[in-house]
Amino acid sequence: MKRKLALVAVLASSVMGLAHANDVEAGIAQYREMLQDGNPAELFEMAGEELWTTPRGPKNATMEKCDLGKGPGVVAAAFVELPRYFADTGRVQDLESRIVTCMVSLQGFDEAKILKTGYAKGEQANVRDMATYVAGASRELKINVPQDHQKEREMYEVGKRLFFMRSGPHDFACATCHAEDNKRIRLQGLPNLTGNPGDGIGFAAWPAYRVGNGQMWPMQKRLNDCYRQQRFPEPKFASDATIALGVYMGVNAKDAKSIAPAIKR
Amino acid sequence: MKKIIPFALVGATLVLAGCMSTSISSADADKLTAEITANSFQSKGIAKVERLQQDEANRLCSAANVAGKPLAADVAAAIEAAQLKTIQWPTDGKFLGDHAKGEKIAQSGKGLTWKDKADRVNGGNCYNCHQISKEEVSYGTLGPSLYNYGKLRGVTDPNSPAAKAVVEYTWGKLWNARAYNACSNMPRVGHNGILTEAQIKDVMALLLDPQSPVNQ
Repeated sequence: MKRKLALVAVLASSVMGLAHANDVEAGIAQYREMLQDGNPAELFEMAGEELWTTPRGPKNATMEKCDLGKGPGVVAAAFVELPRYFADTGRVQDLESRIVTCMVSLQGFDEAKILKTGYAKGEQANVRDMATYVAGASRELKINVPQDHQKEREMYEVGKRLFFMRSGPHDFACATCHAEDNKRIRLQGLPNLTGNPGDGIGFAAWPAYRVGNGQMWPMQKRLNDCYRQQRFPEPKFASDATIALGVYMGVNAKDAKSIAPAIKR
Repeated sequence: MKKIIPFALVGATLVLAGCMSTSISSADADKLTAEITANSFQSKGIAKVERLQQDEANRLCSAANVAGKPLAADVAAAIEAAQLKTIQWPTDGKFLGDHAKGEKIAQSGKGLTWKDKADRVNGGNCYNCHQISKEEVSYGTLGPSLYNYGKLRGVTDPNSPAAKAVVEYTWGKLWNARAYNACSNMPRVGHNGILTEAQIKDVMALLLDPQSPVNQ
């Protein structure tokens, strides 16, 4: 594992060291290819699996009975059908909010405390790792976010409205960058999230390991940083706005093949 | 006639069923979105929740996007007229500053996020969306290329009467792009206080000064 990490560091620094900006995209594509069998996300995935099966929390229980939508204990193929409506909470939930629900109900963790914890810190780091593990158990499957329940359809409509909501000092919406094909910010390609942008692109790529900063980002963190750059106030972790956007993007991406956890710039 | 009536009934039933299986009226979805938005965001640093309050132009343009239809021509014209009134012209009558400073402002995408301090000097974010000088190859494509901006518009002396219309339009576009295109994606750089008057002059020089690398 150490050797793998060292290799990652060497490759990352060589990519960052490329002098010409034009070479960066080609370099990253090459880097991704070289890492196909050694995406650092796999380390987080392994940590997540261990967390899932280890008794933890005040109740000293594992997460193995967690119901991610396909019944208690079913992890395989659960991710590609999230967010979805859960009768026990009466809410549409995404992967991370559902993991928190299970940590509270099965393991006895304090929900308010987890929601207040910063990304990659304390139990939030564990949520991230478990989300990476669950996403990995849907690798190569097609996104199939359900619209059967009334609340799932409502959340799609809300997500659509949030996606197009222009505001803040720059008048930005999600749509400013993500509503057209083949556009870029600087050299970074932008997926068009109003439809299915293709296998493993956009919604079908997160959680992902980010080469640029060496961090593993679940979808909640991805959305959080989009809103930061949009110059909006901060979306609360697992808030209905973030989940509604997940429903909107997920339903639009129907049948895109999930490559999560992916590797990104 | 007898044959048509049953068809009409079947049609009506299908439409009704269709309505019931789709979720929620547009007005109810708007209301739910407002409630969810109010509960989902928190102020952080300088990025306060007040930023979620849309002005009329943003509200109308967002609604048009949700509906998937462009704004009605008269609504668009009314937005443009209102935005045009917000433009503040240079207080000393000088439109152009220093093109080298303008290049630095165009390069910078800093400022106004929740990580930024209130006194931070903001960047213009220009290269994020536009090609500008030939030398910078890392540029975005959300906006049109601005390479040779002044040259292509025949500006040889920005202070000449011949250049006046282009110079004023460019200032107005930078100050408030929505004065010329109601739902333009371009930030209202002057109107929303992203750049100062002096910074806008420098960006003007980058685009219009015949000595600027943009016009070589």
